[in-house]
Amino acid sequence: MKRKRLALAVSYTLAILVAILFLLPLLWMISSSLKPNYQVFEFPPRWLPHPVQWSNYPEALTYVPFGRYTVNTLFIAVMTIAGHLLSCTLVAYAFARLQAPGKNTLFVIMLATMMLPYPVTMVPIYIGFKTLGWVNSFRPLIVPAFFGSPFYIFLLRQFFLTLPPELEDAARVDGANTMQILWHIILPISRPAMATVAVFSFQAAWNDFLGPLIYLNDQSKYTVSLGLNFFRSSYDVRWGYLMAASLVTMLPVILVFLLAQRQFIRGIALTGLKG
Amino acid sequence: MSQLPSVQPVSRRRRFSLARREALTFYLMISPWLAGFLLFTLGPMVASLVISFTRWDLLSPARFVGLANYQKMFTRDPLFWQSLKVTTLYTAAYVPLELTGGLILALLMNQRLKGIALFRTIYYLPSVLPGVAFVVLWMWILHPDVGLLNTVLSYLGIQGPRWLVDPRWALSALLMMSLWGLGRSMVIYLASLQTLPAHLYEAAAIDGANAWQSFWKITLPLLTPTIFFNLVLSIISTFQTFTSAFVATDGGPLDSTLFYVLYLFRQAFQYFNMGYASAMAWFLFLVILILTLLIVRSSEHWVYYEGRLR
Repeated sequence: MKRKRLALAVSYTLAILVAILFLLPLLWMISSSLKPNYQVFEFPPRWLPHPVQWSNYPEALTYVPFGRYTVNTLFIAVMTIAGHLLSCTLVAYAFARLQAPGKNTLFVIMLATMMLPYPVTMVPIYIGFKTLGWVNSFRPLIVPAFFGSPFYIFLLRQFFLTLPPELEDAARVDGANTMQILWHIILPISRPAMATVAVFSFQAAWNDFLGPLIYLNDQSKYTVSLGLNFFRSSYDVRWGYLMAASLVTMLPVILVFLLAQRQFIRGIALTGLKG
Repeated sequence: MSQLPSVQPVSRRRRFSLARREALTFYLMISPWLAGFLLFTLGPMVASLVISFTRWDLLSPARFVGLANYQKMFTRDPLFWQSLKVTTLYTAAYVPLELTGGLILALLMNQRLKGIALFRTIYYLPSVLPGVAFVVLWMWILHPDVGLLNTVLSYLGIQGPRWLVDPRWALSALLMMSLWGLGRSMVIYLASLQTLPAHLYEAAAIDGANAWQSFWKITLPLLTPTIFFNLVLSIISTFQTFTSAFVATDGGPLDSTLFYVLYLFRQAFQYFNMGYASAMAWFLFLVILILTLLIVRSSEHWVYYEGRLR
């Protein structure tokens, strides 16, 4: 019993220490974002800003047009989510429920493409979009989503496989076709899985850097990631501003994460990564 | 009974046409992915290979140069070797750290502690943060004079190195930064830890096994499929490190953080050497493919799948 309590005490101590280690950078960021510029470079640094410089936030966010960047990124994210939900649901349902020659081979190919490094296809895809005249528009970042994404297809397929087929059989006996079954029976009970895909898709679109870096040239078309990097390279020493802007960039992701934590975990459990 | 034979051919034909209709529906429904696969994966892969045999700046027409790009890469481009060295070194250091660190965190988080949900959230949170903001924050933490890290080190009486601006320390600094995102692999381990059968542990406890023994004899063997998965995933993604180097150091100082994909990006989108960039991309692809195949091959010896006798 004594040993067990000792083990527990060790666990708590470790857990708390690691938690501090993981939280400290964020707290440091919040603290720095509220310091007047002269205090940022004080040594030893103050842990708590005094006076609290709230004005860093509005100033940082108007130094470069963060509102514009946010609208751009949200637009890309919403379109990407729509594209993924539409295409991946169709493909995943077919893989989960329909039989056809060549299905298993195609499925294996699809899984294999998940492993493909992005740089391998980056150059030809860029040339393709350039030929279409799509460079410096949002289209190269949005359109591919409508062609599905292996990871989300896999995730949805795993979910569809857990649904009892009796529901669909009954509808089929009543004369419903596959699309009707998918729309009226499967989708209403698949909201958790769809939400998972939406959350992952939002996160990926919001966080993407290389894509916007390659395709967007005009500052007015920048996403938040691109904007933040531009801000960093132009005003390198205004760390208070930079921290405020970074925090604002992180905020939507943190909010979505806190609200949809279950979705994140479910997504990982669903893909059957348990082996 | 005697009627059955005459009925069967009809139903078989009907079943045949139903199967064909189902197959047709299947292919219609997967057509978005199939088209995407051809347009965004297979097509570009082939194109990339073809382009790698050319010199092409997108302004003048592409010129076939045979293996010249590969030849230059291997024999006359020290930066190519530098980027390969940096990336390999970094991957060799980061992947084992992520695998073991993630597992240790997951084991810690797989206990019945009060507030466990909060702990898990805190550990996982950094790994979902946007790359650029993540890196900008760490540039500030790693600031040589007033950064958080060197401040804490100074409390311990240690004069911290100049991290991102010191060629000897920059790569380690990026490594440390990435470890803040350890939560990603932790969650994957955690998901599989929670499916381990309790009866095995009970049986082991009855046999007098202690926690240490049941970890090595039960937990670890049952986790090998997850370790395998994490290993492959981690190698593939670490080889493609880009954002941290692009934002924090731009490959410097003295090319000490010139990652492979960063150099590839420069070749493609700053120097517009599409042929050379494609050759680099194909080489990266081959390296990752061979590494993955080697791991898959080796997995027969160390990955344990339940229900399979050996």
